[in-house]
This record gives sequence, C-alpha cells and structure tokens, in this order.
Amino acid sequence: MLSIFLSIVTGIVAGYLLRNRGFVKYVSTFLSVVIMLLLFFLGVSVGINQQVVNNFATIGMEAFILTVGGTLGSLLCAKLIYRMFFKKKGK
Amino acid sequence: MKQSLLFLLLFATGVVLALTGMMPAALLDGAISKWVLYLLLFLVGIQIGSGKNLFAALKRYGASIMLVPLATTVGTFGGVALVSLLLPERSLTDCMSVGAGFAYYSLSSILITEFRGAELGTVALLANIMREFSVLILAPWMVKKFGALAPISAGGATTMDTTLPVITQFSGTEYVVIALFHGMIIDFSVPLWVTFFLSL
Repeated sequence: MLSIFLSIVTGIVAGYLLRNRGFVKYVSTFLSVVIMLLLFFLGVSVGINQQVVNNFATIGMEAFILTVGGTLGSLLCAKLIYRMFFKKKGK
Repeated sequence: MKQSLLFLLLFATGVVLALTGMMPAALLDGAISKWVLYLLLFLVGIQIGSGKNLFAALKRYGASIMLVPLATTVGTFGGVALVSLLLPERSLTDCMSVGAGFAYYSLSSILITEFRGAELGTVALLANIMREFSVLILAPWMVKKFGALAPISAGGATTMDTTLPVITQFSGTEYVVIALFHGMIIDFSVPLWVTFFLSL
C-alpha cells in the first residue's frame, strides 16, 4: 500500500516540476501503451484461469449489479448537491 | 469510446490466446507485473501533477467544487454497500474495491488482480467498463433525471478524458472545468481507495 502511494505521489511531484517541459505531452501516449500491455496480460491470466472461464456469466452479472449500485448511488448524490448548491435560481 | 473498445479488444485477445493455449503461463511473472504497475501509477501521477486545470478550477468555484467528487465517492460507496447484500459470496470490502474503481477500469482491475487474483480483477474490469459506457450512452437521460452534475458523478475518474465530450455536450460547457477537476481528484483517489479496501 505504501509503495503504491509513493509511486503516485512521486509521479505527481515529478509531473508538477516538469509541467512546462514538452515531453509530458507524450506521457499519456506512453501510459496508454502500458495499460494496453497490462490489459492484454490480464486477459491472458483470465483465459488461463479455469475458474474464471467457467464462471464468466456469473462474473458478468456480479459486475453489472455492482455497476448499477455504484452508478445510481452517485447519481442520487449528484442530484442532491446540484439542487442544493449548483442549480441557478429562476431556472 | 474508441480507446475503450481497443482496450476491451486487447483484453479479449489475451483471453482467446490463453484459451487456445498459445500463451505460456510463464509470461505471467508476478515480479514483473508489480514493477509495471508502479510504473503505471508513476505515469498517472505525472499526468495529474502536470495538469494546469486543478488550481484554476479551485479559484473559480471555491470550495463548493469539492462537493462534486465528494458526492461521487459517498454515493458510489453507499450504492455499492447496498447492492453487495445481493452478492453474499463476495465480501463487502471486495465489493467496495470494485466500486472504488470509479470507472477507471484499467488501473482498478490491474490492482485488484495483483492483490486478489484474476477473478475479482475481471469483475472490476467489467463493472468499471460498464460504468464508463453507461455515461457514454445514458448521459442525456442522466442530465434530465438527475441534473447537470449527474454524468460527472457517474463518470467517476473518466470525466477528464473519455467521458468529457458527452459531459460537455449534455451538461453544458460551463461544467467542463468541474468535470476536469472532478476527474483529477477521483483519478488520484482510485489507487488509494482500491488498496485501502483490499488491505482491510
């Protein structure tokens, strides 16, 4: 957990210090490539894992239920603060 | 949207190659993936740190802008805790770690796979992809039923990149700065929340 926190914080500090250098523009491209590689390997580890392959429908359903819960919860809270703080009067 | 499809395609290619036995398991070295993960987090940090929108947005909206990521976080965790009752085989903390992805499916699924294995990692991948897609597809409905901040909250960590165009279109350009700020804060919080729930 600490190393995760440190990785991201060093990144933020580095990013802030180097924010005016041209090459930070390429970070997002490099990031996409790293993510693609990792997702590919996640796919491989899923395909090798017999348990995941056999339960794919259940896993999909679980994912769907969690999505609905999380998204609806955030929508309701967004509605609340919108009405209380952001909505323009007389609109 | 294009990028999400590409990511999904790469994931699927990995699955198919493994299923057909074309990928040796030796490729999945735990030590390498851990270092790649740290690299990934470092790069995410650079992106957050080099963004210039953070402070400008704070100045313009004051403290009330903090309410938006707060609403997203509270609402998501509340909703996930509630529906976790429907999933008795999954622990509350595992469900929360999936919810804490806030649509940032790549990072959250990779982190969760590292700590809990590919099964929960796949739940996280699918759940958070679905969350992003729900905004891309349902943004007009969200604005109509829940107000202009709705697609921002639902978009979670993606509101500074993939879902920003639909937010601009359906919430209005005056919400762009809020969306950027919100995306950055949630982005930063994803790895922290995910590892927090996994360490409980």
